[in-house]
Parts: sequence; structure tokens; C-alpha cells
Amino acid sequence: MSKTLLIADDEPNIVISVEYLMKREGFEVLVAGDGEEALAKIRQHRPDIVLLDVMMPKMNGFDVCQEVRADPTLSGVRILMLTAKGRDTEVAKGLALGADVYMTKPFSTRELVEKVRQLVGQ
Amino acid sequence: MTLAPLLAVVALLYLGLLFAVAWWADRRADQQRSVIANPTVYALSMAVYCTTWTFYGSVGRAAGSGVGFLPIYLGPTLVMALGWFLLLKMIRSAKANRITSIADFIASRYGKSQLLGGLATVIAVVGVVPYISLQLKAVSGSLGILLQQPAALLPRHDAAQPFFADSTFYIALILAAFTVLFGTRHLDATERHEGMVAAVALESVVKLVAFSAAGLFVTYGLYDGFGDIFQRAQAVERLRVLAGSLAAGQGYATWFSLTLLAALAMLFLPRQFQVAVVENVNESHLKRAIWLFPLYLLLINVFVLPITLGGLLRFSGQGVDADTFVLTLPVAAHQDALALLVFIGGLSAATGMVIVETIALSTMVCNDLVMPLLLRWTGLAQGGARDLSGLLLAIRRGAILAILLLGYLYFRLAGEAYALVGIGLISFAAVAQFAPAMIGGLYWRGGTRDGALAGLSAGFLVWGYTLLLPSFAKSGWLPASFLTDGPFALGLLRPQQLFGLTGLDEISHSLFWSLCANLGAYVVVSLRRPPTAVEAGQARLFVDALKLSRPVGVALWRGRADSGELQTLVGRFLGPERARAAFAGYARRHGVADPATLEADADLVHFAESQLAGAIGSASARAVVASVAQEEPLSPAEVMEILDEASQLRRYSRELERKSQQLEAATHQLTAANARLQELDRLKDDFMSSVTHELRTPLTSIRALSEILRDDPDIPPPERQRFHTIIVGETERLTRLVNQTLDLAKIESGNAEWHTTEIDLKQLVAQSAEATGQLFRDKEVALSLELPERVPPLLADRDRLIQVMLNLLSNAAKFVGRGGKVTVRLAETPEGLRVDVADNGKGIAPEEQQLIFERFRQGGGMTDKPAGTGLGLPISRHIIEHFGGRLWVESVPGAGATFSFVLPRAAVGQ
Repeated sequence: MSKTLLIADDEPNIVISVEYLMKREGFEVLVAGDGEEALAKIRQHRPDIVLLDVMMPKMNGFDVCQEVRADPTLSGVRILMLTAKGRDTEVAKGLALGADVYMTKPFSTRELVEKVRQLVGQ
Repeated sequence: MTLAPLLAVVALLYLGLLFAVAWWADRRADQQRSVIANPTVYALSMAVYCTTWTFYGSVGRAAGSGVGFLPIYLGPTLVMALGWFLLLKMIRSAKANRITSIADFIASRYGKSQLLGGLATVIAVVGVVPYISLQLKAVSGSLGILLQQPAALLPRHDAAQPFFADSTFYIALILAAFTVLFGTRHLDATERHEGMVAAVALESVVKLVAFSAAGLFVTYGLYDGFGDIFQRAQAVERLRVLAGSLAAGQGYATWFSLTLLAALAMLFLPRQFQVAVVENVNESHLKRAIWLFPLYLLLINVFVLPITLGGLLRFSGQGVDADTFVLTLPVAAHQDALALLVFIGGLSAATGMVIVETIALSTMVCNDLVMPLLLRWTGLAQGGARDLSGLLLAIRRGAILAILLLGYLYFRLAGEAYALVGIGLISFAAVAQFAPAMIGGLYWRGGTRDGALAGLSAGFLVWGYTLLLPSFAKSGWLPASFLTDGPFALGLLRPQQLFGLTGLDEISHSLFWSLCANLGAYVVVSLRRPPTAVEAGQARLFVDALKLSRPVGVALWRGRADSGELQTLVGRFLGPERARAAFAGYARRHGVADPATLEADADLVHFAESQLAGAIGSASARAVVASVAQEEPLSPAEVMEILDEASQLRRYSRELERKSQQLEAATHQLTAANARLQELDRLKDDFMSSVTHELRTPLTSIRALSEILRDDPDIPPPERQRFHTIIVGETERLTRLVNQTLDLAKIESGNAEWHTTEIDLKQLVAQSAEATGQLFRDKEVALSLELPERVPPLLADRDRLIQVMLNLLSNAAKFVGRGGKVTVRLAETPEGLRVDVADNGKGIAPEEQQLIFERFRQGGGMTDKPAGTGLGLPISRHIIEHFGGRLWVESVPGAGATFSFVLPRAAVGQ
């Protein structure tokens, strides 16, 4: 059974590229355009992994991450934060809130694929 | 006549008691346990104002004019109540300048002028001598009454009697001896006489007790209280006037002039100046004197009317002089003990006045008349190491004797022509001449030596002509026609109707003319030239006496001197022993062990001069110090500069205070500015962070898609095509972002270039609509224009306005969605030309309507984000505001949004 992956990002072009990559990796890909939608889809579909953008309308990635980690039923969900905010404080904050991996944009597609494989493989 | 030895013994015993008190007070002073350092003693010593003139004369005046005796006491009461600050200023400046007398005060104020000091001394002596003769007359009169009782008549003075057979002559001699003992036992550098003040204070108590005893006896012994006496007086036609009417026989002018006269006398009589200013130990004593002295005056006047009326009732038609009622009433009632007490009271009043007055006058004569002459004629100052302190004492003793003998002489010449009050008023009018120079000197910097000389001379001459000479004429010493026809039969010059001024009593008349002449000459002559350096310097010390915290005289001397010579000089006038002690004390205060090694600087010269000033007066002290110290004269400008230092210091401290406030304010501003800078710094960080974020977003797509294209050759062509298009689009977005960021930074920092030309907004709007036409067609959005025929031209930057229009139009196209409708309207409004870009999209939520004008805050909910950078609206708003207009949005969510801007017609660029 193929793994499920949620892309939460409000930038359509980024979604297009990441979606193409992950589909090629064999994931069943879900897409959310803002934080609320992302959280709803996580609760509904319990994806194996979420590629979570930080700067999103309605609800930012940090809050989504926090909500997910606060919900014991979602403990199996891996979170990879993808953000254009590359400052050290942001990275520390993301990891402290329970993200498994934190990557800054623009990212290397190979690296992203590798990180996703690692997370799912665990 | 057996009474005579008894009286002599009692009088001498009383004088002995006074002397003992004085001796005791002097000893206490030497032990630093002063008895006069007491406000009550100070106030009582001021009561030396009440002489025999009060003691006997008030009743005499009341018999003539009812309550007309009161102005003499109202004046001083008013001075104490309303003019105490004048007294305080006199005390303060006198202390700061070691003033020894009123002549010294005037001399010192107007540049330490010896001439002025001498003139003031002459005026004081001539003016006060009649007053002293009055005391002699009163004492001899009271003596005569007691010796000839029960006849109770004032003995007619026998002019043919040779002076050596005249008891008054001996009274004068005894008083002189007594005063010499009191006032000149030793030379005091501070010119203070503690023993004398203590004795005078005691005498004030004695005379008040004696007068009150007589009053009580008359009121309650002879009659049945106040009511009884006044009732009986009402019954007698002649007395009703006295008891009832306030201004009986007197005009208000007289009341006014007498009150003024007494007020001035209270300040400027030499003896009042002596006790109130020179002998003042502590200026805070003034506080008690302000009420205690007027209270004393009130108490000593309580029984004046009862005694007057009692005497008039009792001696009606017997020709008894009303001046003697205080004594004759007890004598007539055979109250010997009371009569003796009254005699002692009168003696107190006389001796107190004579002692203080002659000491004050002798100090003046010595310091301001004899010393300057001796210094000039004999070169005393250069006279080697001779000790002159003995000479000084001798001069003073001689002066005391001479003054009392002068008093006796006046008594012989003119004494019979006047009642006591009349003589006293002549003296009052004389010392009133000091008023312009004294008061002017305390408040007017412009007063000069010449002005003071002119004023004093003019006032004194007029006084002599209108009061003194008539008193001689009345006593037959001058022909009576001098009074009635004027000199050389010139009616206009009649001394008591000068220039035809009639209707005033002689005192008011004289006061009016003399003060007019005095004040006029003082002011006019003073104004003829600016004060010299020395005058300006001294003026400062007196006028600013209450402001200066320490004497600035020190700073006003420059030159060379030798400390040894200075000490020798001071020693010659004060005695070597005292000079040594004074210099040793000075050295100690300055941390120098041996006075001989003292540096003879301005400070030491000033010290030496002030030591001498206490002994010989400021003018003489300056002259003798000048003989051993080579003074380099200061120019007026330098003096003013030095004097200004004191006020400069105050100014500096105010300045400092102001500066520190400014500094505090500046600190606040800096703190605020710093906070703002930090805020700006944070904003800049945020901006950088935002920009970075905005740059990374398109870069992310570009990189990811490029890598996909590179790594995966098997991508189907349509997909490949799509990726390429996105990459190109994101690159464009990136370019736009970079451009707009730079653009905004330029505009915000004020470095943007503006090319202002005259533009036709209608044409500009149409052109912008045309440029975005393709965009609207692509989005399937209808664009319609509503433009007027023509609009007035504007001054603005054409390209910038097009930038704004394109931004608004593309935003509208972007947000309205397919099938939407956008309308552009141009209209003329009172505010200027207005452009609306209205769409029928879903509108903007109220909380977002302001946010969208901030950087990188794009409206939410659109799908094709890449087109926007989040900088379009902020830039547009900056542009419109640059041309004095405004840009805003109005929107009802769900019913579209309208972006509008208005530009004033007179809009001009930079």
C-alpha cells in the first residue's frame, strides 16, 4: 500500500513541483492551500508525512505542527517543515514544536526526496 | 531748697545705675555672652525715639492741637509696619560695608566720598543740635519745677544770667562727661556699643513706667477714669475741641507732612540709625521690633490725652505750661515720690537721647569731618608708626563735649521761642534731608556723588532758610522783619511763605520746599553723568544688598601692598595689640601660620580697610589704605565686569539649571530617538526578512522545476512545456520584485528621481487602460472608462502616475475574477482630480483594508499569487502622497472594492 503525503503550501508553483516529485516517488499526494485546510486534511487522511510550509494564510505552519503534535492520535504523522524563513531561530522553533526535519527554501530536490525517504523509512 | 541735694543725689545715683548696667553689658559682650543679642532689647533700644519731647512734649502738643501729637508716632509705626524692608536693606548693606554712621553710609554709597560724608555730618550736627538743646531745656525745666514747688510754674529762663550760674550749663557738662564714659571708653572696630544699648533699653523701660505711673495717677487718682476725664472736658467749651475732633486746628496736609516727617526721622535720625542699624546684632531681631516698637509707642501715648485734659482742667487760667503737666500734676497733688519717678523718667528720656545722639554725631564728626581733614592737612597716614587710637578717642570725646555745648548755645539763643515739639520738628525736618540720598541710594543705581551733594546741599539750605533762621528770628537774634517782610523786604522770599506758598504750617512748608529742592537736585544732577567706576561699584553693594550673598568689595581692588605695612597702619588706628589679634585671626582663617607671611592680595587689603572703616569710617579708611597700597585704578568697564560676576554667577546657576533641564530633555529625546532607531532597525530586519522570504519563494519553484527538468529526461512534452512556462513566469516575478524593492527603498529614502511635467490625466488614464487591455481580455474581465470631456492639467511625474494606474488596474484584473467588471472613472472634485478604479469582485474585509497598503501584505484568497510582489500598493501610495494627494480603498465585502486617488490641481513635485 502506497504511503500518503500531504503538501501544505500556498504557492501554486511550489506545489506543482513538489507534487510532481512526490508522485514520482510513489506517494499518494494530497494538497492543502492554507493552514486550516492542511490541519483538516491531516485529521481526515492521517498522511504518513506532511511537507509543511510555515508562511500560509489563515494558520501558519508552526501552529499546524503544534496542533498535530498535541493530538496523540496523530503521533504517527511525520512532519517536514519547508520554509523560506531560514533564520536559526525559525529552525529551532520548528524543531522545538515537533517537526522531524526542517528544510529551507529553495531546496535541492534530491535532498528533499532523500529526507522524505528517510522519514518514511523509519 | 533742701530738695536740691536730694535731687542731685537721686539723679547721679540713677546715672550711676545706668553706667553699671552699661559696664556689665560690655563685660558680658567681652565674654561673648551678649545681653543685647536679644530682639526685645533691640526693640526697646529703638524706643530711644521717645525723648523728653515725647515724655513732656506730647502733652504740650496735645494741649495745643488735641490728637495732633499722634503723627509723630504714626510715622514710625507705618515705617515698621510697611517699610521694614527699607530698614532691613539698610542693616544688610551697613553690615556688609562696616558702616559706622549715617554720614558714613551716604559717603560709602556714593563712592566713599569724604566730601559727602563731611556734608552729611554738618547737616546732622546742625540739624540735631536744636534737638539736643531741647533735652537740656526739658531736664533743667523739670529740675526747676521740683526745686520751686509748690509754685509749679516753669521758671522763666533769665537770659541775663551768666552761663556759669545757669544750671543747664552744668547739666550739659554732666551729660557730656557721662556720654564720654559711655561711648568712648575704648575704640571698637565694629563701632558697636553694647553697654550703651543695654542702658538705653533699660531707660526705655524706666520712662514708660514713669509716664504710665503719672498717667494712671492722673486718670484714676485725680479723676475717675478715662470716661470721667473726657466727660468733664466735654463740659468745657475750649477743651471739647481737643478731646473730640481728630484734626482740631490742623489740616490734613499737616497731618500728612508730620507723619511723613516722623517716618523719615525714625529712619534717618542719627541716633535711630545708630540703634536700629549700626548696633543691630542680628537682622532677625527686626521681626520682633516690627510689632514691639509700635506697641511701645502706643503704650506711651495712651495717657497723653488724659494727662492733657486733666492738666488743662486743673490749671485752667493759671498759666502753667502744658509741657510740664506730667510733672506739675503730681507735684500739685503733693505726690513727691511720683514726682521724683516722673523726673527720673524724664531724665531717662533725655539721657538716652543725648547719649546715643552725641555718640552717633561724635562718630560722624570724628570719622567724616575731623579725620579727613587731619589726613589731608597733616599727612597723618604717612606719620610713621605712631599709635593714633588715642587721638581718635580724644577727637570723639572733644566732639561729644562740643556738640553738647552747641546744644547749650542753641538753648541760650533760641530755646525760649519754641515749645518742645517745635524744636523737635526742626530737627526732624533737617534729618529728613537724608531721605533722597539714602532711599535713592538703596534703590537707584544711577545716583551719583554729585547728585547726592547737590541734593543734600539744596535741601539743607532750604531747611536752614525756612526753619532754622526763623527760629533765630523768633528768639530776637535776627530782626523780626526777616520773617514778616522777607530779606531786603522781598516778599516772595519770606522764609515761611516762600514764593508765596501760604496755607501750610511752617514745618509742612519747610518740608515741602526742602524736599522738592533736595530731590530735584539729586535726580537732575545725578542724571547729568553716568556713575563712575567707584560709584557704580558702591551702588551695586547697596542696591543689591539683599541679593549679594557675600561682599564683593574684595574683587573691586587691584594693586600692590605689603601685609606688614597694612598691619602697622591698622595698628595705628586700632592699637597695635588689636591689629595683631585681627591679623592673626585673618591668617588663621586663611590657613597661614604667620601673619607676616600673608600675601597682600585684594582680600587682605579689603580686610584691613574694613577694620579701619569700623574705626574711622569708610571714606577715611579708603584714604589711609590708599597711602600704603598702590592701587591700580579699575576702569568703569572693569568694575562693571567684576560686579557682574556676582549676578553672572546667579545667571550661570540659572543657566546651568536650564541646561541640565535641556540635557534631561535631550536625553529623553535621544532615548526616544534610539528607541525609534531600534524600531526602524527591527523594521529593516523585518523588511530584509520579508524580502528574503519573497525572493526565496520564486527561487524555490525555479530551482525545483529546473532540477526536475534536468534530472528527468522522460517528462512528457506538455508537462515539460508547463514547467518551462512557470520558470519563466517566476523569473519575471523575481525581476519585478527586485526592481520594486529598489524602487520603494529609493522613494522611502527620498532618493527617487521625479520628472515633473504638465500632464493630462484623462489621456494618462486612457493610455493605462489601453496598456492593460490585453490583461483584461485574458482574464475575461470587462473594463469600462467613464471620463469627462476634459480636465485641467496637473503637474506630476508622468511615468510614476502610469505606474500607479497600471498597479491599480492589474490588481483589479487579478482580484475580480473571470467574468468580473472593472470601471475606471475620472472626475473633478473640490479636492482635486479623482480617479476611481472600481471592481465588482468579492471585496476586501475591513481589517484588511489598511494592511494591504503595507509591504508584502497581499490580499488573501487569490490563486495566481506569482503576479504580485506585495509592493505595488505601498509604492503607489508613496507616489500619490508625493504629489500631495491620497490613495485609499473603499469596499463592502462581497460587493467589490474601489481604489481611489485624488491629486490636487496645484500639485507640484519636488
